[in-house]
Amino acid sequence: MGRDFFERRACITGIGQSDVGRRLGRDPLALTLDACLAAIADAGLTTRDIDGLSTYPGLGMGMPPGFTGAGAVDLHDALRLELDWYDSGLETSGQLGSVVKAAMAVATGLATHVLCFRSVWEGSAQGGAGRKGIGAGVPKAVGSMEWSIPFAAASAAVWIAMYAQLHFHRYGTTREQLAWIALNARRNAARNPQAIYRDPMTLDDYLGARIISTPFCLYDCDVPCDGATAVIVSARERAGDLRRAPIGIEAVGTALRGRPSWDQFEDLTQMANRDAARHLWSRTDLKPSDVDVAEIYDGFSYLTMSWLEALGFCPIGESGRFVDGGARIALDGELPLNTHGGQLSAGRLHGYGFLHEACVQLWGEGGARQVPGGPQVAAVAAGGGNTCGCLLLTRA
Amino acid sequence: MADPNVPFRVLPQLTDRNRAFWTGGSAGELRFLRCDACGYFVHPPAPVCPHDGGRALTWTAVSGRARVATFTVNHQAWMPGPPLPYVVAIVEIDEQASLRLMTNVVGCAPDAVRIGMPVRVVFEHHPDPEGDVWLPLFQPDAAREG
Repeated sequence: MGRDFFERRACITGIGQSDVGRRLGRDPLALTLDACLAAIADAGLTTRDIDGLSTYPGLGMGMPPGFTGAGAVDLHDALRLELDWYDSGLETSGQLGSVVKAAMAVATGLATHVLCFRSVWEGSAQGGAGRKGIGAGVPKAVGSMEWSIPFAAASAAVWIAMYAQLHFHRYGTTREQLAWIALNARRNAARNPQAIYRDPMTLDDYLGARIISTPFCLYDCDVPCDGATAVIVSARERAGDLRRAPIGIEAVGTALRGRPSWDQFEDLTQMANRDAARHLWSRTDLKPSDVDVAEIYDGFSYLTMSWLEALGFCPIGESGRFVDGGARIALDGELPLNTHGGQLSAGRLHGYGFLHEACVQLWGEGGARQVPGGPQVAAVAAGGGNTCGCLLLTRA
Repeated sequence: MADPNVPFRVLPQLTDRNRAFWTGGSAGELRFLRCDACGYFVHPPAPVCPHDGGRALTWTAVSGRARVATFTVNHQAWMPGPPLPYVVAIVEIDEQASLRLMTNVVGCAPDAVRIGMPVRVVFEHHPDPEGDVWLPLFQPDAAREG
């Protein structure tokens, strides 16, 4: 690779996570602070060292209840940070877009140590009355939502279920295959003390669960929760004397070349992840076969299947057969997947949970769920539909 | 008095850009913005044709015929809406490949819906103080079955 890819000048130097639970009943800013202060300490830094701040999605109008536990401004002020750069926003390459922007900031010299975080309190905010739809309680549907909400397509579950249905129809994928995304997540969550649902789940449990939106059942949908995750993105040249061996950002994938739409994308079994994944592999000499552990978004189970194909871990249309039986994606399989339990069992930390777990695995700190053999390369992917981004991380 | 057969819907906010689409049903028309120069249908509506860059576009009625590109039978009460279960579909309009709408398939049992099934538009009228809306729903097009 002769090209100078900016992300090689950035690295991850610390991680932190708050308590995670269905309904913790704590101030979401307090949870966010727990995660952020833990990440800063993990890197061997103090708040004085933080000169950049990046979050997804930040504060904004019309966010669903609990979708954002704190904005950049909340952290900025609470910690009296003195920043050279700060950023948030929803219109980016998925949740990891905020990490890519941080990497750009340190690579360009705009900042040295960027605190990146994602905070949710959907568990408490939605209460005990069941998962609320997008658009529940709003007076009128505006923006891109005007094309879905009036038809009571009030959840990404409904939109993604349609992608899954077409995949089933075209490629012969079955619920028994899709189940392995959820079953594998639960199997791994049993080894993760921080996970929300740790009781064993069988294929019969899965097939007997109530249907949400065909072909999705309850266990195809992630678990709204309270919790926050933070990572420190540092300039590589300034990371040498920190507490940890930095994790390299080998490549980022941010592209979206198809239509930025849930219903107008050319091939309705694929998504923006097609372009983001292709982009990622164009920026590295590494290949899918070099990946030792994959932490791939499972807001809804089919998203993981779609990412597995997009990232080239299996051919297009083959993800059902790839995950079937669960051996290939197990901790000791050829592609250990969602080793902490994913969002399906460890809670909907919205993308950052996967990034956190990839770092845990590369640092060899997974405990009972540690992938054997000292993983050196991790793929992290988050998002779905028209908002997707991915990272390739390396131990070296 | 609201029609008890018409379910509660969160209606689209009408704007100068989308009004012709959401009110076409008043004339029984499913309308899309179409490029005057090349005939490409632009959806969602935007004041430029992505095909040839044309800035002159005209609202044009299509036949209302479509096929189910994909669908799901929704069993979850996300918010007030149609009786459960109901079908959410993406339909592809006959006049142009990849010209699609998210919609509901009505007028048949949810388990009768199939990918590739021919459907035709039927409008659901919603009176509203800010301007009435006609939602384009789709029902099986028996004449084109098989």
